[in-house]
Amino acid sequence: MAEDLHEIVARALMLDRSAITDDLKYNSIPEWDSVAHMALIAELEAAYDVMLDTDDIVAMSSVGTIREILKKYDVEA
Amino acid sequence: MSRPDLLAGRVALVTGASRGIGAAIAKALVEAGATVWLAARTEGSLDATLATLNGLGAGEARALYFDVADPAAIKQAFGTIQKADRRLDVLVNNAGILKASMIEMASVEMMDETYQVNLRSVLVASQYAARLMARNGGGSIINLTSIMGAQGFAGQAVYAASKAGVIGVTKSLAKEFAARQIRVNAIAPGAIDTALIEGLSEEKRQETVASIGMGRLGTPEDVAALGVFLSSDAASYITGQVIGVDGGMVV
Repeated sequence: MAEDLHEIVARALMLDRSAITDDLKYNSIPEWDSVAHMALIAELEAAYDVMLDTDDIVAMSSVGTIREILKKYDVEA
Repeated sequence: MSRPDLLAGRVALVTGASRGIGAAIAKALVEAGATVWLAARTEGSLDATLATLNGLGAGEARALYFDVADPAAIKQAFGTIQKADRRLDVLVNNAGILKASMIEMASVEMMDETYQVNLRSVLVASQYAARLMARNGGGSIINLTSIMGAQGFAGQAVYAASKAGVIGVTKSLAKEFAARQIRVNAIAPGAIDTALIEGLSEEKRQETVASIGMGRLGTPEDVAALGVFLSSDAASYITGQVIGVDGGMVV
């Protein structure tokens, strides 16, 4: 069973897990800026053992879209 | 400098590793105990080198064949490393081409090819390297620039532009990656005795030697020693630097 996406996002953005929903958007909170986004990408790649395309990294604009994009990599997050 | 424990357990990728400075750096990293992925464009060109390096009784050498001018191929190469080792500690962006031409005779194709091989490859490889390195708490990216990048050279405007670009990448990424403990430095070799120099006439060669304070051409090993140092924890607080290995050519 793959690790829970909300858990990973919370860890990468250093937020409480309860603060994470699928609607949470990139750049909508100070904790999820471009620097944090890179930390999140590294966490996602490590947790799900994938190597993301640059286009997908740019397209990951919310927790929900991350979940959708990960499906392309055969990850059910 | 042969210390088989210095880089034990570390994983490195060296592009342009089939000859010259790249081959010397790969060898020095293996001697220091690292697992080194040697990258070259031509399939089979690393066979002999691999046999030699794996006979040293130190680290391990492996081959990866791809063209650094092809971003998709770079991605695939990093995918291979990710699957095999799940980590990368050192990236040496060494692959490069040098085509001398008076600027009036330089073709646009040559300009584009030089940019793709010497500069864009550094940008693309750094994208993937940073993510692999960040997972394990940091790493070291070493970019090969040239004395020509900062000093310029008649007949080398295109090459010099690409190598000046490498300095810009190095300093920018050093700032961008510092918080992730990824160090980015550049090595600026002077006149090193490799295939790139062989093309010079005897007269030009002597002229070059005369311009070097230490009175000799550099060796690939002179450059490799700095590569090992920058790869190691001995350099753990050094980032954003362009370090010359030129025997006093530029002071």
